[in-house]
Amino acid sequence: MSCDAMLLVDALREPATTRALDANDWTALIAMARAEQLIGTLAERLKSESVPPKVAEILAEARINADYQRRSALWEAECAARALSDYPGKVVLMKGTAYVAADLKAGEGRHIGDLDVLVAREDLPQVEALLLSKGGWEWVKEDAYDDAYYRDHMHELPPLIHKERDRMIDVHHTILPLTARPSPDAAGMLANAQLIDSNLTVRAEPVEARNRSESRPSTSSARTETLCVLSPTDMVIHCTAHMIADGDLAGGLRNLWDFHCLTTQFAESDPDFWPQLSARAARHQLLPAVQCAARLSLRLYGTTIPQTWGRKKLADAYFVRRLTARDGWGRPTRKVTRLAFYIRSHWLRMPPLMLARHLWTKWRKG
Amino acid sequence: MHEFSAQVGPAAFRIGSQWRSPVDQLAALYADYPKPEIPDFSVRLEAVSMLRRFIRPSVMIEGDYMLPDAAPLPLAQALLAAEMGMNLQMALGWRRHLLLHASAVEKDGKALIMTGASGSGKSTLSALLGQSGWRFMGDEFVLLDLESGAAVPFPRLISLKNEAIAAMEAQADAARFGPLMEGTPKGNIRHLMPPVDAIARMAEPAKPALLLFPRYGHNWAVRDVAPGETFMRMTQASTNYVALGEAGFTAMTRFIKTTPARAIDYQSGAEAVSLAEGLWEQLA
Repeated sequence: MSCDAMLLVDALREPATTRALDANDWTALIAMARAEQLIGTLAERLKSESVPPKVAEILAEARINADYQRRSALWEAECAARALSDYPGKVVLMKGTAYVAADLKAGEGRHIGDLDVLVAREDLPQVEALLLSKGGWEWVKEDAYDDAYYRDHMHELPPLIHKERDRMIDVHHTILPLTARPSPDAAGMLANAQLIDSNLTVRAEPVEARNRSESRPSTSSARTETLCVLSPTDMVIHCTAHMIADGDLAGGLRNLWDFHCLTTQFAESDPDFWPQLSARAARHQLLPAVQCAARLSLRLYGTTIPQTWGRKKLADAYFVRRLTARDGWGRPTRKVTRLAFYIRSHWLRMPPLMLARHLWTKWRKG
Repeated sequence: MHEFSAQVGPAAFRIGSQWRSPVDQLAALYADYPKPEIPDFSVRLEAVSMLRRFIRPSVMIEGDYMLPDAAPLPLAQALLAAEMGMNLQMALGWRRHLLLHASAVEKDGKALIMTGASGSGKSTLSALLGQSGWRFMGDEFVLLDLESGAAVPFPRLISLKNEAIAAMEAQADAARFGPLMEGTPKGNIRHLMPPVDAIARMAEPAKPALLLFPRYGHNWAVRDVAPGETFMRMTQASTNYVALGEAGFTAMTRFIKTTPARAIDYQSGAEAVSLAEGLWEQLA
């Protein structure tokens, strides 16, 4: 049988491929899907497939859990909006929370961990103060070096964790570390960010609370003017930046599935989507990354992409090797490939001399 | 990878191990349990590093669901690692029932459920009752059906700790015990296979009829527990109450409204058994 996560990729791309699976294949598929945090997505994809009874139970359970994640993600967004009700600027939801808040296909069954938001860089002190004083969040890291490193060089504040709910919030002011070579236009992203329909977040509240807020609109109206999501092109570009231009491709299959769902859905409703994406990606200095993601998405998930983008590049095979490095027990495989991408992620993140200094400091601190 | 699998109540597990010995121990202790075709969860016992597979071997608990900072255990405690790994999958992954951290026994189709912190004696008490006319349903988790409210058995191996080991050695067949593991993070531990009928009837649910909060080491006492307190304690005793949302709330409130609850303090196993049986006569 298949010895890597192509089994999972095939099931997501074409659910009918699962009809040929035997008990061992199913066992492997489920372990891989859980390890890649794609079990909820798989459950959505296989909704109308006939599967063995045990698998049906496992997938039904994954749907219950995905509902829970959706509910808690929207609730976290709601709590952040309440804490920031006095902040006049845009608060842009990103990644999983944005996908479920905007009711996008990419959000169906998706695993959602931290809350990621984007605000204007000059407003960071105000946003940070409100989250700490009104929202009940607190610092995770007490380490002075790490704290200073985040503030001087990263695209986000050091992570905050909520005192009672134990959930993290990452407050971004742009989408890539300041030390990375491309410098995306964060102000442009904020300017184009779109308000979301407040009903989506209110839906997570009980009916009585909803009725109350209708008669006393003070809290909900503040909220509707703050919470936004990125424009379609920027949303795809952020998904790409996160996957190709920053990290070590951990969670890559999930990020690539986001890319596939987002581009497919946006291109269906707007025939000019791809040219717009191309222009916008160029403006953010991320066109090569977006094209790489598109080729990988075509290769693995069968995404329809512009023909001129679809020419295979030699390096793509290494990405595929890294993305599918998972065995039937859900264990990570291909140590050398993984290490290479880990080194690459640091290389992309900062210039060599700075990297050396950073690693030296980290190493001395143990 | 050495492999082992077993079905416990509604949940099936696959254990993979880099060493042979834990798998052999599991196979012996789970001999009475059915083997699943497709497991619900995978657990892996892996060496901390390549070297530590052979020299002072040290076991990491990995699996579908993991805690980020779980400490490794020495190979001699690999059986405990496997059990912890299976419990972890249930606690973090199970969403098909309302999961209560509790033990349970059954009589006449009705369930006596016992819950409390580690050391309260709920596990020992369920094992003792399971030897004296009750059907043992589980010593760690009780699963409440979200539709019917019935208690579904999860009769995994009974995990005996410290003084409970000797207490049960006096009662149960010596052939049904696993190896004694000394000096684990939870003290001395020895596993006991549940009675044969408990395993054979593990698909048979029972209607919750009495909830007890036992507390070991205090003078004999019985106290009423009001529904509000029961609700607070049970939501804390459930690992998936919040995740189940409205279905979890419905199942929890129905359970509390329909099940009388008492707190009992006791000094010995015999005292606890007679307390439990007395309350059962009166309330169930």
